[in-house]
Amino acid sequence: MLELKNICKTFHAGTPDEKRALIDVTLTVEDGDFISIIGANGAGKSTLFNAICGSFMLDAGMIRLDGQNVTMIPEHQRARQIGRLFQDPMRGSAPDMSIEENLALAAGKGGWLSRVSAADRKAFRERLSLLGMGLEDRMRQPVGLLSGGQRQALTLLMATYQVPKVLLLDEHTAALDPGTAEKVLELTRSIVEDNHITCLMITHNMQSALDLGNRTLMMDRGKIIYDVTGEERGRLTIGDLTDKFRQLSGRALDNDRMLLGIDNKE
Amino acid sequence: MTLDKFLALGQTAMELGLVNALTVLSLFLSYSMLNVCDLSTDGCFTLGAAVGALVAIAGYPWLSLPAAMLAGMISGFVTATLQTRMGVQSLLAGIVVNTGLYSVNMALTGNKANLNMNKIPTIFTMVKNLLKDTPLAGQSALLVMLVTVALVVLFMCWFLKTKLGLAIRATGSNADMVRSSSINPTFTTTVGLCVSNAFTGLSGCLMAQQAKSFDINMGSGMVTVALASLLIGGVFFAKHRPIPLRAAGVVLGAILFRLVYGLALRLNMPAFMLKLVSSVIVVIAISGPYLRRQVPLMIRRWQAAREGRNADA
Repeated sequence: MLELKNICKTFHAGTPDEKRALIDVTLTVEDGDFISIIGANGAGKSTLFNAICGSFMLDAGMIRLDGQNVTMIPEHQRARQIGRLFQDPMRGSAPDMSIEENLALAAGKGGWLSRVSAADRKAFRERLSLLGMGLEDRMRQPVGLLSGGQRQALTLLMATYQVPKVLLLDEHTAALDPGTAEKVLELTRSIVEDNHITCLMITHNMQSALDLGNRTLMMDRGKIIYDVTGEERGRLTIGDLTDKFRQLSGRALDNDRMLLGIDNKE
Repeated sequence: MTLDKFLALGQTAMELGLVNALTVLSLFLSYSMLNVCDLSTDGCFTLGAAVGALVAIAGYPWLSLPAAMLAGMISGFVTATLQTRMGVQSLLAGIVVNTGLYSVNMALTGNKANLNMNKIPTIFTMVKNLLKDTPLAGQSALLVMLVTVALVVLFMCWFLKTKLGLAIRATGSNADMVRSSSINPTFTTTVGLCVSNAFTGLSGCLMAQQAKSFDINMGSGMVTVALASLLIGGVFFAKHRPIPLRAAGVVLGAILFRLVYGLALRLNMPAFMLKLVSSVIVVIAISGPYLRRQVPLMIRRWQAAREGRNADA
């Protein structure tokens, strides 16, 4: 269970650039939840993820992961419990190292002086074959040679190799072409379901925000303005979501990609 | 040039090239793997030479090797601490340590710019004595260097495949990814620079003992010379090739550099040109690929300008 209690973050405080990125955000994520998060650019979605990962120190509030207060724990120490994917497929793997070597670091097994064993290799092979991309036959090749979609799929595998307590997906399919995005999304769905991973996913695609998962959050100007689950969510259409946004934020949704999401549906 | 002279030239190039190869292997770790340009190399090389010379003069030639490596490791630790824990930029950290090491080295030698090891046993004279009545006697220096470099190459190949080595390589390739594998990049950078500088120190130690003298300026420009050898070595085996091949290529680069330099000396190039030559090689190797990408653009511009002139006329 992930609990955020009254967390606040202001960037450039006291300057003309002051930005209140998170304002008193409180959120409880139950084990096994798959939450989609939508909102206009600058709403604080990625900042929320950065806060959970510990990329910066909170101004106020507390974060509890699985009962443990992690508010003051540095980023790299939290990382073992948190998996994260970014929009940029290049960000999650080391291009100059082979697929096998990247996986060995993600698996995090053994002491500092241990090497990749035959058993490790066999396990990597099995996991890679689940991606259905033929990567299991290219384990010695540098990751830099893979396509964006293949790299993002590999990153997904790496982030979930040791099952994380929470998986954060920050528009992880937005930089991929539609076909590949669909495939990576499908992989995400199956990996998350098979391992019962608690998952938060930022998306600009309203349709997948409603299709995937069991709960949807809408963020605006540093706050969660709408939180919907269950039957109410089941009845929602994209039109309802944009109406909701207009009603709750007092302005129209002005994000091109979101509007395109609507076009795709019609 | 007679064959004899050529062989002698080759042997000298091999010996000196192999001594340099240790520094080049050290940059292979810091520059190629960790992606840190460690400018403390010059001072660290001299530090290893000074410590090695002092320990050998004190009567422990074998102990001089680990002592020089330990000294290099400490120097690497300081450089790494400055850039990972104290907010000093990476390049500046190296320069600051390099400058500071001059005083350290002078203090170690008791304010002497030179130390003479002509009459004391070094590891080279000891091995020579061991091999006295064998056919290898004439090649003892070469043998010492070959064995040392081979051991260091083997160590590198092993080390870079361990989890620690992988983490160090990932730090140079994508530090974000290292952090998300719950490894602290501060730690990997520190270990990487300690190991790399240990070999720089060892290189300096062997250089001084082979030349039977220590000079406070013997390390000056070493980083550029080593970088030139490293980049020449990179020509043989590119980035995506297996690490053992790349490490071997780097050693080959160091020997080739010395061979070309030796030949140039024979052709009456003055010895003081060494540093300019290595600077030029580094510039060519680094900016060459960049300039090559610019050429099509320049041709297009030139064509456009010419067409523009024709259109006006």
